[in-house]
Amino acid sequence: MNTPFRVLWLQSGGCGGCNMSLLCADTQDFSAMWRSAGIELLWHPSLSLESGDQVLDILEDCLQGRTRLDALCIEGSLLRGPHGTGRFHMLAGTDAPMIDWVRKLAAVAEYTLGIGTCAAYGGITAAGSNPTDACGLQFDGEHRGGLLGADYRSLRGLPVINVAGCPTHPGWVTDTLMALAAGLFAEADLDIIGRPRFYADQLVHQGCTRNEFYEYKASAEKPSDLGCMMENLGCKGTQAHGDCNTRLWNGEGSCTRGGFACINCTAPGFEEPGHAFQRTPKLAGIPIGLPIDMPKAWFVALSALSKSATPKRVKQNATSDHPLIAPSVRTPRR
Amino acid sequence: MSRLVVGPFNRVEGDLEVQLDVEDGHVRSARVNATMYRGFEQILLQHAPLDALTYAPRICGICSVSQSIAAARALAGLAGVQPPDNGLLAINLMAATENLADHLSHFYLFFMPDFVRPVYAERPWYPDAVARFTPLQGSQQRLAISARKRWLDLIGTLGGKWPHTGSIQPGGSTRAIDAAERLRLLTRVREFRQFLESELFAAPLERINGLSSESELWAWHAEALGQGDFRQFLQIALDTGLEHLGPGPGLYLSYGAYPRADGSMVFPRGLWNGVTQCAQALDLDDIREDSAHAWLDDAGGPRHPADGQTQPLMEKTDAYTWNKAPRLAGAVLETGAIARQLIAGQALLRDAVARCSATVYTRLLARLLELAQVVPLMESWLIALRPGEPYYRAAALPDKGRAVGLTEAARGALGHWLEVEHGKIARYQIIAPTTWNFSPRDAQGQPGALEQALQGAPVLPGEKSPVAVQHIVRSFDPCMVCTVH
Repeated sequence: MNTPFRVLWLQSGGCGGCNMSLLCADTQDFSAMWRSAGIELLWHPSLSLESGDQVLDILEDCLQGRTRLDALCIEGSLLRGPHGTGRFHMLAGTDAPMIDWVRKLAAVAEYTLGIGTCAAYGGITAAGSNPTDACGLQFDGEHRGGLLGADYRSLRGLPVINVAGCPTHPGWVTDTLMALAAGLFAEADLDIIGRPRFYADQLVHQGCTRNEFYEYKASAEKPSDLGCMMENLGCKGTQAHGDCNTRLWNGEGSCTRGGFACINCTAPGFEEPGHAFQRTPKLAGIPIGLPIDMPKAWFVALSALSKSATPKRVKQNATSDHPLIAPSVRTPRR
Repeated sequence: MSRLVVGPFNRVEGDLEVQLDVEDGHVRSARVNATMYRGFEQILLQHAPLDALTYAPRICGICSVSQSIAAARALAGLAGVQPPDNGLLAINLMAATENLADHLSHFYLFFMPDFVRPVYAERPWYPDAVARFTPLQGSQQRLAISARKRWLDLIGTLGGKWPHTGSIQPGGSTRAIDAAERLRLLTRVREFRQFLESELFAAPLERINGLSSESELWAWHAEALGQGDFRQFLQIALDTGLEHLGPGPGLYLSYGAYPRADGSMVFPRGLWNGVTQCAQALDLDDIREDSAHAWLDDAGGPRHPADGQTQPLMEKTDAYTWNKAPRLAGAVLETGAIARQLIAGQALLRDAVARCSATVYTRLLARLLELAQVVPLMESWLIALRPGEPYYRAAALPDKGRAVGLTEAARGALGHWLEVEHGKIARYQIIAPTTWNFSPRDAQGQPGALEQALQGAPVLPGEKSPVAVQHIVRSFDPCMVCTVH
């Protein structure tokens, strides 16, 4: 590991939250974590000393091949508007649209990463009327294309790596970069929409602390209730890809542990679900979005059965913000 | 006269460009350009009102909880509901956690690193500053990132995750804290107190909070020269003239922070007049947003945010930013920790501002003093929680109505003006703290707060990104993604 694996982190049409999230990486010493993995942050918006003309020198060194750019990390959507000009975000100090900078840098990057759902698929900035014509690096919502086009490959032959999430989890970013730096990441490690499979092959439902309520379809009726939020409160944890409830967020957190619905933020199009976020759309009383890989008939049958078998404890606790009934204590028989 | 275009700035949130006209080694005039537009005020239209709780926090990844609170308060105003005591406390705890995390990040990550620049290599404090504050290497910066991570774990428990928690609702918090969790949170707050007392202040927080004048501050400073990062900052401030660098407009705004159940606030709402040194009442009706120099349609002239509009319009000769210019009865305001603490009557800060007004030094001082003040408050709020009692109160939203949601982000006054028609969002206007501080000129040609603060800043020979300009810009702790939204 003589030459470091150099990471350049740039921001465009997003909120900066993925970067803020990254700084919450679970380590005692953030800088030692990178250094010990052979990674150098070439430039980072919250950390680097270089500002103004010094930043432009760094970008120019990458473009001219004087500095090898191992990983180009883009955070935020790419703003193509108005009318394809990209003028909704001009990189400060350059009089050039950010989308032009991203195109040029992506052409010299060994790997290109979309950090967060904005950079991956368009995300929140593409919601509503999408006033800025926002898209992702290689996706426009669920459609391949985006800023760089469906055929884009970075110098190492990979498509854009979509570390999607809103925000993305710091561990998703550090694990991806460390695997890349160690040469332990290949195209087979991406799912069909470019997300690293180490977190995207899991469901938010797995490890959810509300699973006992789910089993019995003992549902929360209002925010703060302890019950399962799938039936009424819009929770998509049974369909959403992410290890949120096994890896956890900020210590012991996750959306469902925080008492609010999973909104499937790692997926393209999550920003416009077609219904109010906090309400589950239903057809004839059955949620439209069923657990992934579950046939509807079985879901309906199982729901009916489990509802009728719900213990009183589970049923009552489901609509309270703290347990009203504790599990009974059964002493082992001798 | 020569012109400098400075950007991209980092160690501010979002993208920022500053245009400087320089004459005789000083900035003669400045124009501040917020270079990115995302259009949240357009995106939010026609959504279900509660959807604002998903979109609004995502305006900003560093003021996310503050954006959630402003949205939740606007919706609460519409529904006519107030969170129960536990809900109020839980939300105040999250707001305080985010604000203090931001103050910590500002000091250690954003502001202090500029003093390791070679331009200061001859100063006596330079080797020590390099050892403490060099990005990713300085001993204190590394400890601060670690402390910040542990600190934000509070929101993991209180609200699921940070940023973009969904637990903050009009009727309170979705996450009831039980008795064991309360103790864990208290332990975590005390751990942060320990960091502040050993590394930042090298003194008990109560000692810092007891300093009531600048003479007491400097006497305390002289007690143990070089001990703690706060003393080191004071040393540098004195040596580099930060006391007089970057004076603001002299009129300060706070919407008030940390409401109590009786409607009063821990840090009250109002204005502070730097000339008369008196607090004044704030009339929200006096606010206007002026888009004369923004790439936005300004037909009809300045508008109150309740009647505001946001429509991009590139073909405007006088425009140079995406940011509107908010004014209060025509006046330019400054907002932030300095405003909060002046209005709240923080004695040391009032004394310092009476001597040298809002400058780089007093803006920094205000944040650090707030860190010392709010941690003990948080300890008392955790003790006041009553596990088993409700954190949330349900309420129905009407199909029609107008409301405003106000809060204090780390950077100052944040307001959301909401209008609902036929059960959908018909208007949503946001004025963020840096919208005030980094506003462009208005129709009268009056420069914004930063534009005024930059006038007269020294520019050294050969400087392309003048270091004094960087100090002044960062002293506001700008958040550019909030600014334009």
